[in-house]
Amino acid sequence: MTTKHRILIGKPGLDGHDRGAKVIARALRDAGYEVVYTGIRRSPAEIAAAAIQEDVAAVGLSSLSGAHLRLFPAVVEELRHGGAADIAVLGGGVIPEDDVAVLLAAGIKAVFTPGTSLEEVVQAFAAVCDEQ
Amino acid sequence: MKSIDDILAGITAGQPRAIGRAITLVENQQEGSEAVLSHLDSLVCNYLVLGITGPPGAGKSTLTSRLIEQYRADGERVGVIAIDPSSPLSGGAILGDRIRMMRHAKDPDVVIRSMATRGRLGGLCSAAGSAVRIMAASGCSKIIIETVGVGQSEMDIIGLADLTLLALAPGLGDDIQAMKAGLLEVVDLLVVNKNDLRGAENLAMDLEGVARQREDKYGLPTRVCRTIASEGQGIEQLVALIAELESLHSESGEMNRRRQVSRNREVVDWGLDMIREKLEPLAALHKHEASPQKTAVQLLQKLWLDL
Ligand SMILES: Nc1nc2c(ncn2[C@@H]2O[C@H](COP(=O)(O)OP(=O)(O)O)[C@@H](O)[C@H]2O)c(=O)[nH]1
Ligand SMILES: [Mg+2]
Repeated sequence: MTTKHRILIGKPGLDGHDRGAKVIARALRDAGYEVVYTGIRRSPAEIAAAAIQEDVAAVGLSSLSGAHLRLFPAVVEELRHGGAADIAVLGGGVIPEDDVAVLLAAGIKAVFTPGTSLEEVVQAFAAVCDEQ
Repeated sequence: MKSIDDILAGITAGQPRAIGRAITLVENQQEGSEAVLSHLDSLVCNYLVLGITGPPGAGKSTLTSRLIEQYRADGERVGVIAIDPSSPLSGGAILGDRIRMMRHAKDPDVVIRSMATRGRLGGLCSAAGSAVRIMAASGCSKIIIETVGVGQSEMDIIGLADLTLLALAPGLGDDIQAMKAGLLEVVDLLVVNKNDLRGAENLAMDLEGVARQREDKYGLPTRVCRTIASEGQGIEQLVALIAELESLHSESGEMNRRRQVSRNREVVDWGLDMIREKLEPLAALHKHEASPQKTAVQLLQKLWLDL
């Protein structure tokens, strides 16, 4: 394990279901990562500010509300604004296949859909952490 | 944000990115951490380190968030180090204290850092102590360390604080009994949180009974404060009690004495870490003919010569 093994899991937007986010957080913990969890209904600015203070290697976002096209890129933008463009942003949730390419183009490093396995999610985080 | 000079300048300017980076450097003992730390002491002015300990669920994080609120209202810059245990199996951790403090997320004068214990025997104190110094150098005048009050490393962490507060709540079961014994000896203030719940009155009376039996060095019993952190009730009184103890301890010299003790402990902690780093590979290479104790003496003698 490299020293880059801190991850922040955040839930931007209005939906209050964080079961999925918590499952991911626990899987990452079990894979040896230190996972900062910031709870539900956070703004992109709040999530980015927390990620910078915690100096994480990656931020994982979960959204079930359908607002991911606005919220995920907003976190990327806030991080860039805070001088932390190197912090990778990954995201998942209820995301239609058509939106995946849009998010990737907007700088999201990996996008998880309901079909993505937990193992694939952990591998994606491992890949971006190892890159740093 | 590459050079140590950039990081040091960023810390003094209160930049979140630089502060975060600096804490990572010292936490991982990466290259540059010594350089950062050696420049910090000259930057640090007046600050108070407040330790908050207690069983999981007592309301430590909620209390911390309320204290931040009060201190911010007084115009102070606040740092928080929130420590949670690492999983002994995977080495990973879930650091969830921030959830209760997110209302301060966008306040540039609230610096929050979550830390995992990383199963270290030593090391945690040096990392947390360094984080305290980095936050102080960035202008934080109040620094709160939240830690679960179990285990030796957590007890050591308490030694970093100028004042320590034990948060308890009704309905947490046997934890409290076990915790009371060891921790009551070292804490300065008792907080009965969740004063809105059944059993709070009994718990408070029970604690007041214990507190009366042990006077502090000023002949005062340990004070018991009642709060409802989730509603913000009792926080002003708590802040007033903390301020009272702070001035008592700084006038009597107790504050300086404690800082000296905790600094000594940090020195030992760093030293032990450095020795362990050298000793472990030696032990692995060694043919184990003598007893472990004898071998240790031999290896240490070899180490002294090499150091
Ligand atoms: N009823 C009640 N609940 C509280 C109070 N303070 C905190 N809580 C709740 O207790 C739970 C644990 O609080 P938290 O601050 O995370 O505790 P910690 O584990 O000690 O940090 C949360 O659900 C809080 O909302 C209080 O004064 N009264
Ligand atoms: Mg907590």
